[in-house]
Amino acid sequence: MNPIAHSPHAHAPSSIGKVMLTVMLALSPATLFGFWLYGWPAINLWAVAIIAAILGEAFVIRIQQRAVRPVIMDGSGILTAWLLALSLPPYAPWWIAVLGSLFAVIVGKQIFGGLGQNVFNPAMAARVMLLISFPLEMTTWGAPSPLSSPNGLNLLEGLRVTFLSQPIDGMSSASLLGHVKTEFTRGIGLDQALAGHYVPLDALAGLRTGSLGETAALFLLLGGLVLIARRIITWHAPVAMLLGVAVPALIFSLIDGNHYADPLVHLLSGGVMLAAFFIVTDPVTSPNTALGQFIFGLGCGLLTWVIRTWGGYPEGVAFAVLLMNAATPLIDQYVKPRIYGRDRKGAALHAKKGT
Amino acid sequence: MKLFDKLFSGMRGGVHPEGRKDLSAARGIRVLPLPQKLFVPLQQHIGAPAMPVVNVGERVLKGQLIAAAQGNVSAPVHAPTSGIIVALGDHVAPHPSGLPVPTFTLACDGLDEWVALQACDDPFALEADDISVRVAAAGIVGLGGATFPSALKLNLSRGVQTLIINGGECEPYLTCDDRIMRERATAIVEGISLIALAVAAKEVIVGIEDNKPEAIDAMRSAARASSMKVVAMPSMYPMGSEKQIIQVLTGQEIPAGGRPADIGVLVHNVATAFAVHQAIRFGRPLISRIVTVSGGAIKSQCNVEALVGTPVQELIDFAGGYSQAAVRMVLGGPMMGQHISNTAIPVVKGSSGILALTSDEIGHDEASPCIRCSTCVRACPVGLLPLEMAAHIRGSDLSGAVDLGLKDCIACGSCSYVCPAHIPLVHYFNYAKGDLAAQERSKLKQEATKKLADARSERIARVERERAEMMAKRKAAREAKERAAKEAAAKAAEETA
Repeated sequence: MNPIAHSPHAHAPSSIGKVMLTVMLALSPATLFGFWLYGWPAINLWAVAIIAAILGEAFVIRIQQRAVRPVIMDGSGILTAWLLALSLPPYAPWWIAVLGSLFAVIVGKQIFGGLGQNVFNPAMAARVMLLISFPLEMTTWGAPSPLSSPNGLNLLEGLRVTFLSQPIDGMSSASLLGHVKTEFTRGIGLDQALAGHYVPLDALAGLRTGSLGETAALFLLLGGLVLIARRIITWHAPVAMLLGVAVPALIFSLIDGNHYADPLVHLLSGGVMLAAFFIVTDPVTSPNTALGQFIFGLGCGLLTWVIRTWGGYPEGVAFAVLLMNAATPLIDQYVKPRIYGRDRKGAALHAKKGT
Repeated sequence: MKLFDKLFSGMRGGVHPEGRKDLSAARGIRVLPLPQKLFVPLQQHIGAPAMPVVNVGERVLKGQLIAAAQGNVSAPVHAPTSGIIVALGDHVAPHPSGLPVPTFTLACDGLDEWVALQACDDPFALEADDISVRVAAAGIVGLGGATFPSALKLNLSRGVQTLIINGGECEPYLTCDDRIMRERATAIVEGISLIALAVAAKEVIVGIEDNKPEAIDAMRSAARASSMKVVAMPSMYPMGSEKQIIQVLTGQEIPAGGRPADIGVLVHNVATAFAVHQAIRFGRPLISRIVTVSGGAIKSQCNVEALVGTPVQELIDFAGGYSQAAVRMVLGGPMMGQHISNTAIPVVKGSSGILALTSDEIGHDEASPCIRCSTCVRACPVGLLPLEMAAHIRGSDLSGAVDLGLKDCIACGSCSYVCPAHIPLVHYFNYAKGDLAAQERSKLKQEATKKLADARSERIARVERERAEMMAKRKAAREAKERAAKEAAAKAAEETA
């Protein structure tokens, strides 16, 4: 006789695998754009990152003597590597991707106990590890050389860039945020620093120097809207993160436009768009409640802006996310939904007999 | 539209399970042919089981009292048809355990002969007390599934502001309330008016989910002459839950640990209102109910009026049997209904549906780790954190789960339904509630034992003390005697000297 099954005897047609797959699909437009924009090296790097994550995760699961297949098939490790790859410089060498992926799935996730147990976003933890350990490789940017353009690299050249660290002649460039930071140290204000480096429309379309998949603001927005429509994520954390960056940027740029970049520069540069829709919405490392998620997103945005504006690093998204990850249990402790029939403090509502 | 918006903002959370009501919604209520035997349990309600008042071998008439209510919370049981009581013993219970419970076995004689009924030509001339006495005598219990004795609810709710009649029927598959509203609206409306009279309610609202337009129309036209409002509510699970329907229709919440009467509200189900009408107008006790027989594995889904005590198998046979092997049989709706493993169990007063489900319909899978996606938090109509509560229960920290609001959980199953990791959340909660109840019971037992032990040691101490006192007294007496004897001897010696 089969054991007694508990209600409900119906289930929504969803699963962890489907959730992860939907997120990957939502990431695809921005990823494909990155592939086109940076060519074969970007494709190689992405593939290396994902393969490393799968093998690395399979290895540690094996050591733990658990079933490998369900863990790999839930797609969470692949998604982590994918997100990490999108945040890497597209012409970075292969071992950057491998190290990052292994760190993300093994140290960032499995050591904490696997899916759902990690405190820090694995992709961002890996990115920070790479940035601190290999600052040169992590800040060597290449100017876009689209696949379709005459100076686009063919497959062989692409493989040389990724696997033999062949330098790309005349292609080295600086990201906008890095450039601005450097210019500030030379005493040059925003009015000159931005000239020729920042074209809002290009930034919107993603035609700029930057990480593999962080530049295509519009495609990332599109993917984010798909996730909101599919109810995989809610609007709270993304909107809060964008506000957290834009509001202080607006206030300070109004006060001193030559020292503080305007909100659009902040929103359309670095990893803000990717983080807003795909990183701060990571369910494992963000709070449970809508209000908690809003606070979390706002904190990520604010810290990003603070680090960019006054910190030592030009970009602060990954640091901001890790800091707010650490604050997540605290937010969950204090922000809880009001329970039916109780007030916010948990005391029973007063009975009021019919009026 | 404005009302709709207001309604929509009323309930938090909730889910939209696939309705599957179209399987049986178009099928009118048909009366099930009289079975050979009926199995009528003594307990079909919340509270104490009824006390048998007829003997084995006795012939009973349809509607005759066969077991009387005992205690404050209880309901009587009546013979569903005429025939001979052939046994009073154990029969498998309509419960997942499938354990035996005391049950009358009634061999039907096929005559379906009624006992003399106490009809009432002008029920609206009755006193409020008279109505609830008749409702109690008719054995009416909440037919929405809770099976709380209705008369008791009437007595506890005198003078409420609002009477809400629940036509929500938010459970997927079930269409029994839909059909009874479509087909017997006039009787339901009279039943509602009688309930309103019994509790002197100032307003009456009938709430029906908007996926039942025919039922809404039928109830509106039947209620045209009265002052009751028939309101279309958005279709969302668990709209038919008492707490949620009150929140949606009145904007008020029942205080934690309280009852609807605390905020001047009384909720009754539409089928209960129909039963009240039958009891007051015709004097007929509650001996039958409408049951939806549905599910993908049933050949021809339908709504039947079945006598209490009819074996579930008879209903399945009536529906043409199975079209394919059923993976799971469920009593009630799929969201809160109970898994049954035996079709010999009888239909009871609270049985709203019998479902034979296929594995596609159940759609369950092995549980995977929680990714804290908080879909359950958004789905919870009470405002709980199911994922956190489950984590505490898994770690055997029941008091931590209670602090998070475990006792406010209504066990609606919305969280389990939406969980993408297929974690049986509500199962955890029901397990924890059961464990807490057991702990409370054992604590009471311990306290009682301690009291007895204390009393015993006190008694022993007292006996010891009394004995010691007595010994002391005896010793004193003896010494006094000896002294007296000595003195007497001395005196005697003195005298002789």
